[in-house]
Amino acid sequence: MAINYQERIPNNVNLSTDRALQRALEHWQPHFLDWWKSLGPEGFQASDVYLRTATSVDAKGWATFGHVKMPDYRWGIFLADQEKDRTIGFGDEYGKPVWQEVPGEHRAALRNLIVTQGDTEPASVEQQRLLGQTCPSLYDLRNLFQVNVEEGRHLWAMVYLLHAYFGRQGREEAEELLHRHSGDPDNPRILGTFNEPIDDWLSFFMFTYFTDRDGKYQLKSLAESSFDPLARTCQFMLTEEAHHMFVGETGIGRIIKRALEVMKELNTDDPQAIRKAGAIDLPLLQRYVNFWFSSCMDLFGSEKSSNAATYFAAGLKGRPDEATFEDHILKDASYDLTVPANEVGVTIESVPARNAMNEMVRQAYIKDCMIGVTRWNRLIKKAGVDFEITLPSSRFRRAVGPWAGHHTDPQGNPISAEAFEAHKAEWLPTEADRIYVKSLMKQVIEPGKMAAWIAPPDRGIDSKPVDYEYVKLH
Amino acid sequence: MTAEAAETQTAKAEGPQTPNLVTYDRDPSEYRHWSYAVDGEIATLTLKVDEDGGIRPGYTLKLNSYDLGVDIELNDALNRIRFEHPSVKAAVLTSGLDRMFCAGANIYMLGQSTHGWKVNFCKFTNETRNGMEDSSKHSGLKFLAACNGTTAGGGYELALACDEIVLIDDRSSAVSLPEVPLLGVLPGTGGLTRVTDKRKVRRDLADVFCTSEEGVRGRKAKEWRLVDDLAPKQGFEEKVRARAKALAATSIRPDAAEGVALTRVARTIRDDGYSYPFVDVTLDEAARVVTLTVKGPADAPPADADAIRARGMGFWPLQMARELEDAILMLRTNHEGFGVWHLKTEGDAEKVLAYDAALTAHKDSDWFVRETVGLLRRTLQRLDVTSRSLFALIDEGSCFAGTLFEIALAADRSYMLDLPDDPDAAPAVALSAMNFGPLQGVDERTRLASRFYDDADRLADLEARTGETMKAEAAEEAGLVTFIPDDLDWQDEIRIATEERASLSPDALTGMEANLRFPTKETMLTRVFGRLSAWQNWIFIRPNAVGEKGALKLFGSGSKADFDWKRV
Repeated sequence: MAINYQERIPNNVNLSTDRALQRALEHWQPHFLDWWKSLGPEGFQASDVYLRTATSVDAKGWATFGHVKMPDYRWGIFLADQEKDRTIGFGDEYGKPVWQEVPGEHRAALRNLIVTQGDTEPASVEQQRLLGQTCPSLYDLRNLFQVNVEEGRHLWAMVYLLHAYFGRQGREEAEELLHRHSGDPDNPRILGTFNEPIDDWLSFFMFTYFTDRDGKYQLKSLAESSFDPLARTCQFMLTEEAHHMFVGETGIGRIIKRALEVMKELNTDDPQAIRKAGAIDLPLLQRYVNFWFSSCMDLFGSEKSSNAATYFAAGLKGRPDEATFEDHILKDASYDLTVPANEVGVTIESVPARNAMNEMVRQAYIKDCMIGVTRWNRLIKKAGVDFEITLPSSRFRRAVGPWAGHHTDPQGNPISAEAFEAHKAEWLPTEADRIYVKSLMKQVIEPGKMAAWIAPPDRGIDSKPVDYEYVKLH
Repeated sequence: MTAEAAETQTAKAEGPQTPNLVTYDRDPSEYRHWSYAVDGEIATLTLKVDEDGGIRPGYTLKLNSYDLGVDIELNDALNRIRFEHPSVKAAVLTSGLDRMFCAGANIYMLGQSTHGWKVNFCKFTNETRNGMEDSSKHSGLKFLAACNGTTAGGGYELALACDEIVLIDDRSSAVSLPEVPLLGVLPGTGGLTRVTDKRKVRRDLADVFCTSEEGVRGRKAKEWRLVDDLAPKQGFEEKVRARAKALAATSIRPDAAEGVALTRVARTIRDDGYSYPFVDVTLDEAARVVTLTVKGPADAPPADADAIRARGMGFWPLQMARELEDAILMLRTNHEGFGVWHLKTEGDAEKVLAYDAALTAHKDSDWFVRETVGLLRRTLQRLDVTSRSLFALIDEGSCFAGTLFEIALAADRSYMLDLPDDPDAAPAVALSAMNFGPLQGVDERTRLASRFYDDADRLADLEARTGETMKAEAAEEAGLVTFIPDDLDWQDEIRIATEERASLSPDALTGMEANLRFPTKETMLTRVFGRLSAWQNWIFIRPNAVGEKGALKLFGSGSKADFDWKRV
């Protein structure tokens, strides 16, 4: 029986005529579905969820809405439109035509980049699989699932590249992406933080705001790649990633809004009083920001990195928005890093700019993180409350790079281990914080109703009202 | 080593060109990288490299990568298990880091080192690994590599030196030899040779393995024979324990025995050399010549094995061997310019032969004597692969007998003083059972067998003359010495030969000597050393590796190597 590939797997990669790719995906797809059913969102596989599906890359097709059961979701394969005569935008091969095939010379490095990126996509679905059971509203539940199916699609995107361009070894790697599991001690996900469960919604919003934004910056760097299919894949993924960060930014914003309402009602900024009213106090929120932001700092890798230098030189992974930089080759350029000196000192170390690539991407990310923080602070200021959410220094609480093993305060000033311990409870979530947040996690599934710790969104999805039945539980 | 191992390093221009004296003796209280624990018949050696503990400044030992200092500790720890823990039958090598077994030699260290430092480093690390195989084969100390994470380059070579390799199966951790694709050099500690000769990996698969920077993991690694077994993280320790137990069951080491403490070698450093109770090193700066003198025992050997053990590190063959080993290592590392070594002995040949008799009587029945013979064997093997011209000088008062005659046999040539008019003062040489078996070279045969191309009749004749005192003429006739100048010629002969030798190209000499020292028979170890000194050393100095645009030089800089594509 002929399979209508366009129907089953929406794509713009000519899947219906590519037999090798069909064979690879036909083999892989059942394994993907098995994985989704056993490790995807638990308890909602039969629900009808109001989801956005991409059916083409143009403005009309990339957001098609409708109720669908998640296992029936049409995970598609899309590359952004090909740019004619695109040339390599950075590194030693600058100005030459981009590659439409994987150069043998860069096979291992490209495979490594794609596998590492691909591994994070299913990992986050696994990390979030129990969240549906404590959703604060149907609206949020739907957003969670939208994020989850799109992470699934991003896995497809990476698997497509492995299948289409890396031969048999690519197919083996695609299988492995389904066999490593978040938190599985025997087969963990590649990056450490993707093995920690995300079991409360405050963490979920932090994850989508901070960690998914790291994903955005990785994708932006890969969207510059000389390997054109990778660049185009990542460009399209970025359009979807924006929604994930929207979920994070508005989620945290609504928590703040709710806290401000309670503070006004009770005319207090006493955390205990706010907690008694079932909302999340701002100092607790700040501690979660400190925790998640600093965890994300490590995801960019060490400040000095030979891998990053090699990737840049070879044209595999550039800087986000590479075109906005003046020097795309960075042959003799240097970059000043702030590194620890002695026990509690700071010094400047000048390193070759190519080795500082991770740090440049990190700095761009920090700037991007500030946008939402500024919006949150505007809300707080408007309510007349004297409190400001801040991002800690990129030196704070690092486990990777020159600051690993050095204690600093959130402003990045080096301090002793004793001083850090003494202030830890002010800076990072305490056990009591976590217990309190957990105590708030009760499922709310009446259309339009919100949990007490979060304000309703300003508007619904796809022009639907907030009390629309976004998820039909059967 | 992997690319990640090179993260966050500062490469400085100055390398270890003008070292302070490097010493090789360590005490566990000073270890910064290795630790070991003994639990009954199993010892566990754990590698957790102190990143800032490099033996030279200018690099950080990330991801359990190693330098000479790390390997010196391993060598010391192995000797402690050999002597202080005789009931340990199997040693497990593992890592104290999560998901990283060992990334191999530190690339920044290699990148900034002189050629001589690199080669000397490789030689020592090779000897340490060969020593593990020697102990497994001869004294029943078995080794198991418990690869609990990424096992790359020299890390995999360390595992290859073990009897068995267990790799964690976490769908990420791989074994690899990424030297060719990543660094443009070869694995430096026998990786290529052991993959084929020892593990018998089919050569087409080995070709794929050795050119893939990501290596091979999981089931495929086992199917290709790169590892013996796999275990998931949760079953890993149990599997390692079970395999170590099984290995221990094949050991000939004693069930219960008290160890002998490894005391520090008593070395005194002088301006013109160093001295030990039984070894003296004198440096002649102007002539670039070293005189290395080994002293025979002053007493008769202890009566039985118990009495021998009671002597501990003071048992003459052991003390002498440890001092000689220390001297060889110190000279190789700290005195590269001294191209000719005069090898001498001093003492009473009869007493040496008496000690040889004691060694022969107990070497198969007593663990301590067996370990002593093992250390002697490995020390003499160090002499075999020393890249210096070795001249044995057999003069008045010398005691080149039995075990000590092996030093003369290891030399490139020997001069024996002929005193036809003064038979009482004339030096003599003598053979013992120790020359006919236990002290094989790296080509797995005795130095006599190698010298006479395995001529069985000739060897039988010589064996029949065991114990006979041979003066110069007899020794020459038996083919045991090269020249026998008399007392009138002696000084000039030696001086001219030495000066002439010292004037020749040091590179050509190193190559020539290595060629002639191991005739006709290749073993895995001669292949390891031969390929190291030929292929690897050639590659190590080629512009494609170490030129300004060479792969090793540019590693981690973000610039790509610019190869000269012509195949040579």
